[in-house]
Amino acid sequence: MGRTIAEKVWDEHVIRRVEGEPDLLYIDLHMLHEVTSPQAFEALRLAGRSVRRTDLTIATEDHNVPTDVIDRISDPVSRNQIETLRRNCDEFGVRRHSLGDAEQGIVFVMGPQLGLIQPGMTVVCGDSHTSTLGAFGALAFGIGTSQVEHVLATQTLPMAPFRTMAVTVEGELPEGVTAKDLILAVIAEIGTGGGQGHVIEYRGEAIRGLSMEGRLTICNMSIEAGARAGMIAPDETTFAYLKGRPHAPQGEDWDAAVAYWKTLYTDQDAVFDKEVVIDAAALTPFVTWGTNPGQGAPLGSLIPAPESFTDPVERSAAERALSYMGLEAGTPLREVRVDTVFLGSCTNGRIEDLRAAADVLRGRRVAEGVRMLVVPGSAKVRLQAETEGLHQVFTEAGADWRFAGCSMCLGMNPDQLAPGERSASTSNRNFEGRQGKGGRTHLVSPVVAAATAVTGRLSSPADLLEA
Amino acid sequence: MEKFTVHTGRAVPLRRSNVDTDQIIPAHFLKRVTRDGFEDALFAAWRADPEFVLNRPERQGATVLVAGPEFGTGSSREHAVWALQNYGFKAVISSRFADIFRGNSLKNGLLTVVLPQEVVERLQSLTEADPAAEITVDLESGEVRADGVTAPFEMDENARWRLLNGLDDITLTLGHEDEIAAFEANRPSYKPRTLPRPAA
Ligand code: SF4
Repeated sequence: MGRTIAEKVWDEHVIRRVEGEPDLLYIDLHMLHEVTSPQAFEALRLAGRSVRRTDLTIATEDHNVPTDVIDRISDPVSRNQIETLRRNCDEFGVRRHSLGDAEQGIVFVMGPQLGLIQPGMTVVCGDSHTSTLGAFGALAFGIGTSQVEHVLATQTLPMAPFRTMAVTVEGELPEGVTAKDLILAVIAEIGTGGGQGHVIEYRGEAIRGLSMEGRLTICNMSIEAGARAGMIAPDETTFAYLKGRPHAPQGEDWDAAVAYWKTLYTDQDAVFDKEVVIDAAALTPFVTWGTNPGQGAPLGSLIPAPESFTDPVERSAAERALSYMGLEAGTPLREVRVDTVFLGSCTNGRIEDLRAAADVLRGRRVAEGVRMLVVPGSAKVRLQAETEGLHQVFTEAGADWRFAGCSMCLGMNPDQLAPGERSASTSNRNFEGRQGKGGRTHLVSPVVAAATAVTGRLSSPADLLEA
Repeated sequence: MEKFTVHTGRAVPLRRSNVDTDQIIPAHFLKRVTRDGFEDALFAAWRADPEFVLNRPERQGATVLVAGPEFGTGSSREHAVWALQNYGFKAVISSRFADIFRGNSLKNGLLTVVLPQEVVERLQSLTEADPAAEITVDLESGEVRADGVTAPFEMDENARWRLLNGLDDITLTLGHEDEIAAFEANRPSYKPRTLPRPAA
């Protein structure tokens, strides 16, 4: 029987398979950041172990860094965490890209831009959004700190195989509908647990038509549907993105690699454990109204009434969410006012996202009383944006142009929502307090973020033309 | 890893679905570089409300959390497991756990037990009616027992064996060092490296 792409990559990495035991899987690349690695290094040290493959390991600083300055960290606890990462990397011989370094950035923006993520690889990081990297046709999944320690020590992981799920997006995305709208709609459709235990393969015409960056946005949020990973079969778009990047293969190696990459597709007769079909043409800009990423709706719709959910668990979740969000059922989403707009994160902090948002903001102003933070996903993205003059568009519109980091995607570093504040955010999680204690988050696409900044209410660029 | 065989204790009912790891432990507590001292961080935002179930006097000293579906979604932070353990929980019962959280819990000896939603709700009602009621989670027999409830649960055989014996994964894996080395010797040369190849 044929195999799915996920199964092909998995099989390629099995070191040991014994009945009644998990498979022992080889890991091609291990990425680290400051938050989930210190306890792993400490455990290695206590056990007298070393890092088995420093040449397959790389670290960056992203979650707990300020984005207004890059030369100092004022919070002593945060500073200690960053310094701990630096010490650990230096002691164990791990390459790191620290604050101020040209390659520093959100781990899932840094990896692709270096060309380190290639089709057919197994990639892990102590971070659930490792799923992002499956956009290259790699099997990339998030792990906990105990597993980080395991990979550091052995370059392997004992894992039970994942199940497979196909999300087929047929047709073309309409004008003004982005990868972010698509993935938010997928999560609303299958639910936050819909992908549990599965690797989701995104396929179909709409997916093939996406740029590499759009594919990264899609795979990023696989975890929000509960999936272990997301994958997209590599194609010419993938190869063209990789060619010439610092860590892409060269010469004969390139040819050998491409020959292998071309075998990475799901066979005609392969069977998925679960299948979902989405009609791209029916999609419109999509935003969330609740406190989990599955609680979303088209921007043009009304905030749903909890009674409209037949499932009692969903109904009570909706009640709780509306009360936390301070929203009334029946209100048009377009009437929801925000205080803050956040453009950035590993979901939407890449150059194409900044370009799309800048196109909306050019010649316009951020509404009175709204603050807009624009945070490039990496130092490289920032530099590129400045080369293109995008930073001027943002600052002339009244937005705040920042250095690279996770920033307001999570309430850990100084960029946070105050209690009761409401944001339109291009990040991936609208959990209670995710962007700061008491903060209220609406997940949106970069162009919806930009249009919302202009009107101060949840809006799409089309609304600006009508106004 | 801590062994887990049988545990009996009082329970905390948490009737909320989709309890993500940002709720279990908010991000600003993740700045610490240790594995302990997270007991005060557990459900920190909700605990600000004196009526929150964990704050109730009758729930003090409880060790079994009986949670709603989709428990532990979101961030992979293992701190969520440490916070539950630091607080004193030995087991969590839910009808569905997020994958990464579940993996993390079993690596640390926090038993995460999957039971059908109706059984979870019966256990919640039981402890709500009588906070002194005890729940037994028996990994040896693969059963949860409480007054009027006997419910078998499934656990991957290998995970069960490691938990019952408190075995450390890394030691087990390093037992296969020769197989890992043999695999490495055959990896294609086009696979990327983060460091230059050492000079021969
Ligand atoms: S940007 Fe947000 S989701 Fe992405 S790695 Fe950083 S904190 Fe995690």
